[in-house]
Amino acid sequence: MMELPDIDWQLAIDSFWPLLRGGLTGTIPLTLVSFTLGLVLALVLALMRISGNRLFSGIARAYISVIRGTPLLVQLFVIFYGLPSVGLTIDPWPSAAIAFSMNVGGYAAEVIRAAILSVPKGQWEAGYTIGMSRNQALRRLILPQAARVSVPPLSNTFISLVKDTSLASLILVTELFRVAQEIAAFSQEFMLIYVEAAMIYWVFCLVLSTVQDRLERRLDRYVAH
Amino acid sequence: MIEFDQVTKSYTQPGARRAGSVHALHEVSLSVGESEIFGVVGESGSGKSTLLRMVNALELPSSGAVTVNGVNLAALRPRDRRAQRRRIGMVFQQFNLLANKTVLANVALPLNLHQRLGGLAERGLGPRRRPGAEAASADRAREMLDFVNMGAQASKHPAQLSGGEKQRVAIARALVNEPDILLCDEPTSSLDSQHTDEVMATLLRVRAEMGTSILLVSHELDVIRGACDRAAILESGRLTGIAEIARLQARESFDSYSERARKYLEGDQE
Ligand SMILES: Nc1ncnc2c1ncn2[C@@H]1O[C@H](COP(=O)(O)OP(=O)(O)O)[C@@H](O)[C@H]1O
Ligand SMILES: [Mg+2]
Repeated sequence: MMELPDIDWQLAIDSFWPLLRGGLTGTIPLTLVSFTLGLVLALVLALMRISGNRLFSGIARAYISVIRGTPLLVQLFVIFYGLPSVGLTIDPWPSAAIAFSMNVGGYAAEVIRAAILSVPKGQWEAGYTIGMSRNQALRRLILPQAARVSVPPLSNTFISLVKDTSLASLILVTELFRVAQEIAAFSQEFMLIYVEAAMIYWVFCLVLSTVQDRLERRLDRYVAH
Repeated sequence: MIEFDQVTKSYTQPGARRAGSVHALHEVSLSVGESEIFGVVGESGSGKSTLLRMVNALELPSSGAVTVNGVNLAALRPRDRRAQRRRIGMVFQQFNLLANKTVLANVALPLNLHQRLGGLAERGLGPRRRPGAEAASADRAREMLDFVNMGAQASKHPAQLSGGEKQRVAIARALVNEPDILLCDEPTSSLDSQHTDEVMATLLRVRAEMGTSILLVSHELDVIRGACDRAAILESGRLTGIAEIARLQARESFDSYSERARKYLEGDQE
């Protein structure tokens, strides 16, 4: 039979700040750094894919396939536990950032590629006819429009990443979930602490969803539906 | 001004395993004179767009040569080809304005691009823009918007405009660099008749006031007949003839709507 929980409110309150701090100083910076680097990588991969160069597009395609076809946790372990055996030891935090960036890169590359392809061909031609090169048309006409199309799917990637960073606790990175594990082990209040941690993740994601909504509405202002 | 000499264009189908190819144009020769409005008519798929897009080298001929003011764009290096393209304006059936920029910014874009490309700035040296260039190009863009009667809508975004208004903005953008040739690919084919008339009246004014040569592709015979001096007739990529269009009452079909309504309602049909 399930017992009615007898909530230790004092522990809930005492653990709130350490958990939140784990989120603010661990989860959020790890997410931001990984997402930013991941986006840069994704853009490069997407451009390689559409470059028309068989070698570049083949490399990008293979990379994306490997990243999307293997578990994130395995990727993380390969970098943190695997690389030292070939003589490359990386600290936990950078290991996590590298693994998450590489993962975001693989997923977001396909989003960006699809967004670039969704911009009508006529927009390229409008650029060419006023004397733009392919690069100029890409940078000044196509990417700004592709960026607008990519906001909803990339926001979803970002929100998933916030949650996925909890995996970094497994390679000893101090972030929200790692802090939760430590407090839970110490207090033996597993239910309370993990639910509390879950609530904090949830609030982070709610805030991000609101930001996403606002951003989308702003960007859609001038687009005819 | 524009010369087609035995121009053939075949597209290789990128998907096809065997080298199957589509003959879009077959040995077309024609020439378009200064300040002429030259039409290209034909059924869908007859090669009209292909012909037009060879003038500014969006497509390159498979054989034969297209020269514009004596220059063969296909033979130029990419940078020089881009410079030549700036001397040729183009408008499209789908307008192709930038949704996230204002009307004014759309029209000023070719000017700003032009300035950034100048001299040192192109190599990333020196200031990216000459001082005052921004204001000067905005003035010039406003002038063009006034010309197409869109001056009052300069700060709107394309999504807030009707199709006819969008096309007039596109014409202003195409003309802002003062090209001597304007290419129009089905410019009125997604417009209703009133907006078609507005756009065609604008094109006639472009020729009259700027002396621009206009190459006008359309499957709408009324549009061609109402505006063009001559028109090439294409069938399956072959030029089957060039019609000399009688000038009679042609221009009247692009009177303003209220002018036509008055004439029609009052029974004044000449
Ligand atoms: N980029 C392309 N690749 C392959 N075939 C093309 C391409 N563009 C046009 N075609 C083919 O060339 C022919 C002529 O097309 P087009 O010039 O667009 O005709 P129109 O403008 O008169 O409708 C058509 O059969 C069309 O399918
Ligand atoms: Mg066409």
